[in-house]
Amino acid sequence: MDDLIADFVAECRDMLEALGGEIVAWEAQPDDRARLDNIFRFVHTVKGNCGFFDFPRLEALSHAAEDALADVRAGRRHPDAALVSAVLAIIDRIGEMIAAIEAGEDMPAGDDSALIDALAPGAEGHVTPVAATVADASGKATSAPRTIRLSVELLDRVMSTVSDMVLARNELARRLRESETEVIVDGAFERLSTIIAEMRDAITRTRMQRIENLFVALPRMVRDLSAELGKQVLVDIEGGDVELDREMIEMIRDPLTHIIRNAVDHGIETPAERLKTGKREIGLLCVSARQSGNQILIDIQDDGRGIDGKKLVEKAIANGVIDKAGAAQLNSREQLALIFEAGLSTAKQVTAISGRGVGMDVVRSNVERIGGIVEVDSHLGEGTRMTLRVPLTLTIIPALTVSIGAQHFAIPRSAIEEIVRATGESVVLEHVGGAGIATIRGRRVPEVSLADILGLESHVDPSDRRLIVLRPAGGDVYALSVDRIHDHEELVVKPAAPAVMATGLYAGTTLADDGSPILLFDPAGLAEVGGVKLEAQERAARIAEGPAITGPKVVPVLLFRGLDGARRALRLAVVDRIEEVAVSSIKESAGQLRVQVGDAILPLAGASGAELDGDKIRLFRLSDGAHEIGYAFKEVIDFAAIDNDVIHAERPGEVSGVSLINGEPAELIDPHWLFAHHVGATARPSEPLVCRMPTDDPWMQNMLRPIVEAAGYIVVGEDAEIAADLVIASQGGDVGNAANAIVLRSEPEPAGKKDESIYRYDRAGLLMALKTAGAGRGK
Amino acid sequence: MNELLLVVTIGGERVALPAAAVESVVELEALISVPRAAPHVAGLSALRSRVLTVIDCMRSLDLGTTDCSDGIREAAVVELDGHHYALIVDLVEDVVEALSDPAPVRAAMGDGWERVSKGMVETETGPLLLVDVAAIISGSSAETKAA
Repeated sequence: MDDLIADFVAECRDMLEALGGEIVAWEAQPDDRARLDNIFRFVHTVKGNCGFFDFPRLEALSHAAEDALADVRAGRRHPDAALVSAVLAIIDRIGEMIAAIEAGEDMPAGDDSALIDALAPGAEGHVTPVAATVADASGKATSAPRTIRLSVELLDRVMSTVSDMVLARNELARRLRESETEVIVDGAFERLSTIIAEMRDAITRTRMQRIENLFVALPRMVRDLSAELGKQVLVDIEGGDVELDREMIEMIRDPLTHIIRNAVDHGIETPAERLKTGKREIGLLCVSARQSGNQILIDIQDDGRGIDGKKLVEKAIANGVIDKAGAAQLNSREQLALIFEAGLSTAKQVTAISGRGVGMDVVRSNVERIGGIVEVDSHLGEGTRMTLRVPLTLTIIPALTVSIGAQHFAIPRSAIEEIVRATGESVVLEHVGGAGIATIRGRRVPEVSLADILGLESHVDPSDRRLIVLRPAGGDVYALSVDRIHDHEELVVKPAAPAVMATGLYAGTTLADDGSPILLFDPAGLAEVGGVKLEAQERAARIAEGPAITGPKVVPVLLFRGLDGARRALRLAVVDRIEEVAVSSIKESAGQLRVQVGDAILPLAGASGAELDGDKIRLFRLSDGAHEIGYAFKEVIDFAAIDNDVIHAERPGEVSGVSLINGEPAELIDPHWLFAHHVGATARPSEPLVCRMPTDDPWMQNMLRPIVEAAGYIVVGEDAEIAADLVIASQGGDVGNAANAIVLRSEPEPAGKKDESIYRYDRAGLLMALKTAGAGRGK
Repeated sequence: MNELLLVVTIGGERVALPAAAVESVVELEALISVPRAAPHVAGLSALRSRVLTVIDCMRSLDLGTTDCSDGIREAAVVELDGHHYALIVDLVEDVVEALSDPAPVRAAMGDGWERVSKGMVETETGPLLLVDVAAIISGSSAETKAA
């Protein structure tokens, strides 16, 4: 509010100054229509603003003057000397009041009615212009920050001159480097550089404006909107002190307004609806801004009905934006992202408020034009959050310089996701029908060579190149291979000539430190010219995470070499983790190999028939959510994806089929068969197992029994009339003729070779024996 | 009537550029090529911390390509819509005064010339073709399409 008053005061002062001469001229020539109009405009402006700010005295004065002047303008009254002096007196009084407002003082005392009465036709007004009672106000006003009003054009000119100065400094720096200079010259130049840097900072700040200027109009807009729609909306605004490039504020004004209109119109429900769904009658709309790095984030959050992703999908199908097959594959975030598709945004619900023919697609393209991103997140029934991410400023762009051959180019850093070496361990470059595909840590991204796009010669071997993974604003990721990467620089970017922009490749030009021109790429343009089909994958890729780019057919797998040397692949999802165990922990019992991993005993696959040499063996721990299996292997080759056809095995077995992975055949492990085969055997039988153990042994009853029961046994005493599957006894105790028996000893070391007893605190051994006994009955 | 003209030679032909449009005459040094740009865009060059878009006038007029490999070329610097361009010419001769308003050329000219012609002006050294700078910069339409 204070800012607005300051603006109002400044505007009035400007007009008063301009009017100074007009008033005198009007006095001399009351018939002068042009001067009359100017004065009329002034009192009219003052009147309009006073209503807004609640300055009743100012309003009364300006209103009276306006009425009188309107009569003159309409020819109903002749401007006589009395009227002129009355109007002048009022203008003087207005000037005094404005001075008082500016100085933050109370209004000058006095009654305005005499002034107003003097306006009346025929009034014998000999109102001498009131001597300024606050003539000294200007002295006090100095306590407020001194401000002047500048035209934006002038500021822009200063800004561009400073940019030129930075470039000139860079050139001078280069020349100084080339020639031998004295230390004293270098010192002076250093000082100059510092001053220029400071100046650039300061001038950049003059372009910054508090985002409050944008937010201040929102409560009023929401109030009017909600009143019109019969809704009640409370606006909560945060982060008004965040500063943003003035130009940027103008650029986001429309998108922001549109999103808010949408939120009030379509998002927040009527009070009745809200009560029905158990919400407060008053809807809440939060608008907040915050700075994050060199980006500004603006959140617009409502607690309305949310966006129904399914309805969006239906509409998208009806409008032909996507086909049914594509629609079925969208996840909820992708469904919501459909709201940004052209011709989709709430077309059915066009209203006077938001149905202005401007859809969310326009919002998105407007935001993306300034290098920003708009995201949506919504929960049905709970509300919607829209997030605008925009860069701080347009003119100075952090960029990465790269080169092809001898020529340098710049890439905006904001679009760069990562940089990898083409020969890096986790990077595989392949060609499919001439098109490049880079697999970076299992993620497939289209790869294009900058040299090819530009038609330039590259003398660097493709495998020596660097890959820059780029994500153009709102687009899909792709990898760009370049010869070399040089430096990060802050570049003052200027628009390039139309003939250069027509290529669609460039975002602008700039000068490097060595004074040579550099072209700044537009990452989206590069992709387009390079033939990367962004649109086809756009929807999936707008969602930040997920290897959606690899398409629905592709299954990520882990490529490894088995103990027998075979190249095999296992679906990544079933691999829980990789463990390394001692070979000695693998035992064959109850007809199959089992491995002890920590406290668990897992059936072991992949090791049958193989020689277990060495001390350690590595295995995948596979999980189906309920059971676990170990799968021994020699080495992991790579992460890969199945994108070729699978030739299925003729009969079910460990290997379900063969497919070409990374150009070589690999056996696909059938996890279902593994689990069915290995876990199925050990699965708990429907009839519980029975274990007999001595009832008079407190150690067994208290310590052992819970373990045995946990393993799925019913524990009975010696006297029970029931056939036991397992008998547990202490050494020397009677195990009878049971099929399975566990004999426990109290010493860690076995008494002799034939001693098959288990040390009673050998928990793993006990568990193994319990499991084996259970499996034995299964047969 | 008294418009000043800069007389230059493009593709062996003496023509006139409106001197008011020409900021300066420079000798271009290193050119940075603009890959994928229209062929008449010879590249970029830096002049006093400004980026110049260099236009090959011969190419723009479909008269062939200026050989830029031999280093220094003379060029006229013009400003159009806030962008600075350097027009590569064979030779910059002199500034002369126009003695007449441009009059239509009624004989047939080459296609390229036809497109950039603003008419014929009389000078002390005889009639000269007045060239439309903007038309030279925009290049031939066939090229623009190809680009």
